[in-house]
Amino acid sequence: MSTRYFGQPIKRNEDPRLLTGRALFTDDVQLAGMLHVAFARSDLAHARIRTIDVASAKERPGVVAIYIAKDLGDFWQPGPLLVPPPPVEQLEFHQRTQVPLTKDKVRHAGEAVAMIVAESRYVAEDALDDIFVEYEPLDAVVDLEAALKDDAPLVHDDLERNISARVAQTKGDWTQAASEADLVISRRFHYDRGTAAALENRGIVASWDAKTQHLTVWDTTQAPIAIRNGLAAMLGLSERQVRVIAPFIGGGFGPKIMMFYPEEVLLAWATLQLGRPVKWIEDREENFYATTQERVQVHDAAIALRRDGTILGVKDIFLHDSGAYAPYGLTVPINSQCTLLGPYIVPNYYSEFTSVFTNKPIVTPYRGAGRQHGVFVMERLLDIAARELAIDRVEIRRRNFIRPEQFPYNNEIIYQDFAPLVYDSGNYEPALERALELIGYERFIREEQPQREAEGERVGIAVVNYIEGTGIGPYEGARVTVEASGKVSVVTGIGTQGQGHYTSFAQVAAEQLGVPVSDVHIVTGDTDLFYWGAGTFASRGAVVAGNAVHAAAANVRAKILKLAGEKLEVAEEDLELIEGRAQVKGAPETAIPFGQLAAEANPLRGAVKPGTEPGLESTEYFGPERGATASGVHAMILTVDPETFLVEIEKYVVVHDCGKVINPLILEGQIQGGVAQGIGNAFYEQLHFNENGALLNASLMDYLLPTAMDVPDILSDHIETPSPLNPLGVKGAGEAGAIPVGALFAQALDNAFRDIGLETREIPLSPNRLFELVMEAKKAV
Amino acid sequence: MKPASFAYFAPHIVEEALALLAEHGGDAKPLAGGQSLVPTMNFRLAQPAALVDLNGIDELFYIREDKNGLRFGAMTRQRTVERSPLAQRHTPLLYEAMPHIAHAQIRNRGTIGGSLAHADPAAELPALAIALDARMRVRSATGSRWIAARDFYVGLFATDMRPDELLVEVAFPDLPPRTGWAFDEVARQHGNYALCGAAATVTLADDGAVERMRLIFLSVGEGPVEAAQAQTLLTGEQPTPMAIRAAAETAAAQDIDPVGDIHAGPAFRRHLAQVLAARVLTRAARKG
Ligand SMILES: Cc1cc2nc3c(=O)[nH]c(=O)nc-3n(C[C@H](O)[C@H](O)[C@H](O)COP(=O)(O)OP(=O)(O)OC[C@H]3O[C@@H](n4cnc5c(N)ncnc54)[C@H](O)[C@@H]3O)c2cc1C
Repeated sequence: MSTRYFGQPIKRNEDPRLLTGRALFTDDVQLAGMLHVAFARSDLAHARIRTIDVASAKERPGVVAIYIAKDLGDFWQPGPLLVPPPPVEQLEFHQRTQVPLTKDKVRHAGEAVAMIVAESRYVAEDALDDIFVEYEPLDAVVDLEAALKDDAPLVHDDLERNISARVAQTKGDWTQAASEADLVISRRFHYDRGTAAALENRGIVASWDAKTQHLTVWDTTQAPIAIRNGLAAMLGLSERQVRVIAPFIGGGFGPKIMMFYPEEVLLAWATLQLGRPVKWIEDREENFYATTQERVQVHDAAIALRRDGTILGVKDIFLHDSGAYAPYGLTVPINSQCTLLGPYIVPNYYSEFTSVFTNKPIVTPYRGAGRQHGVFVMERLLDIAARELAIDRVEIRRRNFIRPEQFPYNNEIIYQDFAPLVYDSGNYEPALERALELIGYERFIREEQPQREAEGERVGIAVVNYIEGTGIGPYEGARVTVEASGKVSVVTGIGTQGQGHYTSFAQVAAEQLGVPVSDVHIVTGDTDLFYWGAGTFASRGAVVAGNAVHAAAANVRAKILKLAGEKLEVAEEDLELIEGRAQVKGAPETAIPFGQLAAEANPLRGAVKPGTEPGLESTEYFGPERGATASGVHAMILTVDPETFLVEIEKYVVVHDCGKVINPLILEGQIQGGVAQGIGNAFYEQLHFNENGALLNASLMDYLLPTAMDVPDILSDHIETPSPLNPLGVKGAGEAGAIPVGALFAQALDNAFRDIGLETREIPLSPNRLFELVMEAKKAV
Repeated sequence: MKPASFAYFAPHIVEEALALLAEHGGDAKPLAGGQSLVPTMNFRLAQPAALVDLNGIDELFYIREDKNGLRFGAMTRQRTVERSPLAQRHTPLLYEAMPHIAHAQIRNRGTIGGSLAHADPAAELPALAIALDARMRVRSATGSRWIAARDFYVGLFATDMRPDELLVEVAFPDLPPRTGWAFDEVARQHGNYALCGAAATVTLADDGAVERMRLIFLSVGEGPVEAAQAQTLLTGEQPTPMAIRAAAETAAAQDIDPVGDIHAGPAFRRHLAQVLAARVLTRAARKG
């Protein structure tokens, strides 16, 4: 093969369309006769509904229909449990999932009570003022520890306590390890709530065509196939009568794969009732309540070590905020539990969590999906241990790394994909060394920092490690076709939310077929064009769908070689595929364009041998045995204004190992974006709920997102440790950037304020919080 | 996030706008740059029955010199002030502070009059107007009057204007001789409303002592807050680092009574007020 496509920094195929505003997003869908939907949402977080009066709202001109729970009849059902609890021995689990419209009581602010369908969104919102709901306010469950007290109000009245689940996992014997340790450190750590705040909010257009008996739904979902299957079942339709299209989506990050959002089932139902298309576009205010969020956890963690820094064991008992319902099962806390172990040898581990129902919006995975917390706890424990043992922060990590020859490395607990937590591969020390070199660790510590501190500056450096389980099953598929034009189409079931699939999948196919990447047309997220699949989540697109594309493209390659070999009467080994042509190696005069081969493989006349498939096409599926473990190191230098407590990131380094890299530009983009979200999570973004469960900052005026000015340029480099679990050797990279940033911030701040012994045990931070922590630390000195 | 329905009027002369305001009483609102009003309407926190759009009234867009200083038409865009050589020469404090207001895109639309009339306690312009002894000219269908900036602000998002009155002009006098100025603020991100901000002018006497000083805070009260006790303390003193520190401490401890919000508690706001007061007084005294 002369030209290589895999691994090249090829510019994205989709960008011209996206950058010039010509890509289709859900809100671009305009249909004749389309109606618009708004939802009446509860202002209260916890209240019993006494009465709902929609009579005057129905009178308003332009209002077409108003539905409350009882209008839905049998269609009113709690949503499905997306991920059942994993097969672990010590498990308590109470399934409570969201409902389309609340019937008896509201369990979080913003829960939908009524659905208004009107001629325009303006009128629909006007009608919100005409709906009168009489509530009986109840005490809200907000704080996790208070939620578990005996006299706590109950989010779900039929449960004895606000416990969604309780899971314990064990490796070795923590008690023994602690008794043999030279040092045991115990601390409490807090992580607070944020929201993914994707650029595009959610949106749905549903259109029932009575003549063709066909339902089409445009949906900002990360999992169109599962939505199709579920809607068909709920509505009593055949899956062939339902088409779900996930067009271009302005960011997914996890919350767009909560199935089913009430709006998803309600719009599909309403178009069947009304026989007219209906549209709902979530506005930013709704997004703060109605789209899922993440990450309140409180950890009581301990680490046991030998004097030389060797980890003997870790114990972690934590509370996890599931919000009002838990449709996504235990994915987030299991990820926290499993990711905590990191790249280190932890021979003994006891981890127990309680997932708690609260009167807050629902929690489901958001980029990192619980991994942040695990990394935060482990890295903080190591920082504190290093300080106590007077070992360099980096050195204590180095001493505990799993060594390359120890892979596959079995951590003996169960991961979110129900498989044992076995790291397939990894090589941690070179990545660490490279990061130290790029950030200039030694020189900074020895020369720059003391010098700048002498001049009155507060400046800190930090280095943290993490691993990320990526690329989990079950499977994805792809169909690769050489069309009569000679161009290639690749269809896969997963949707795209900005990941660059139009380019990276094209590269995978191009590599096999020898066609320019721009000649590979990618279709994603249309259930009529690909029937099977799971979705885009858990850093799995490249691994699972990517390998399916690879397998299908390899089959097509074989078909091309066979056909061309027959035509040119040469052995297949003597052929090469170049620029969309098959030819005898080194003999361009023999070249046959793919288009001609495709036409011949699909003749209009003549007999075809039995068992032959038409065309140059193949469909393949790939399901990995288990996830591939990516890893990385982040390092940064941070300054803090000692008077205003504003921080500035001076330098940020990422050294990352996600196995084979398909496209370094796209990877860079994923890392940059992830780090930006991580910085937001660590220092800017925080959802403030008061004691009544009211959200105090449900707008981008008060919920601060990092801007281009707050996110530094990131210096990144890669180590390639191919995964043995898939033919391409790739690992996921979608979440990596976001995962360790909180831990990194905390270490850098502690380092900058080490003279007063600052110990940061919470994320996110703000200048205000930092001011308080520094004042406390100063008092303690 | 769609506004409630409203009537829309686009007058071309001030008299027409005033007539419309008179006709609709308190139900009409002037629309300037829309950078505060439109979001409030989209949240349905404001539901005016009518909007009187000032953007077509050419006579409200100007920056003019007169013998006392500068006059700004109410509709002068914030971005225009930011780029005005006249503003730089006559009202350097205003000029220096402009970039702290929101983002360039917002300043392209946002007006000087809109911000002054909106009376957001976290806004820069009201504080600057008081620090610089500006005067506002307001008109109604029946008359016209001048209001000193320090009398213009009467509470949270509240001014001395009646609903039928329109702010048409603001006059900023030139600074007295030997007067230094400074502005500074702390915002979590550039372009966001400040957690705390401070504007200062310091006029020095021939012996170098402080003859007159103005220290105005934003974001620590219901409107711009004048640091009266700090002003008294420093007046007549040499502006030494120690005297400035004492004034800043007094300002933070006694002149303000900040409430906390999700971005900053009262203690942090006081801390910032002290830091900023010391910074702006030092800089202003040095320029004086
Ligand atoms: C993201 C964002 C960040 C911002 N950050 C800041 C900031 O850091 N600092 C800051 O100061 N501002 C900030 N603003 C507000 C911005 O400066 C606005 O431009 C300003 O507050 C209002 O000016 P406007 O011309 O847009 O007025 P409008 O929004 O049109 O009007 C505001 C109010 O004043 C009334 N009004 C307007 N003109 C007159 C008049 N001539 N007479 C009587 N009443 C009148 C209106 O009826 C309305 O009630 C921000 C805005 C946004 C959207």
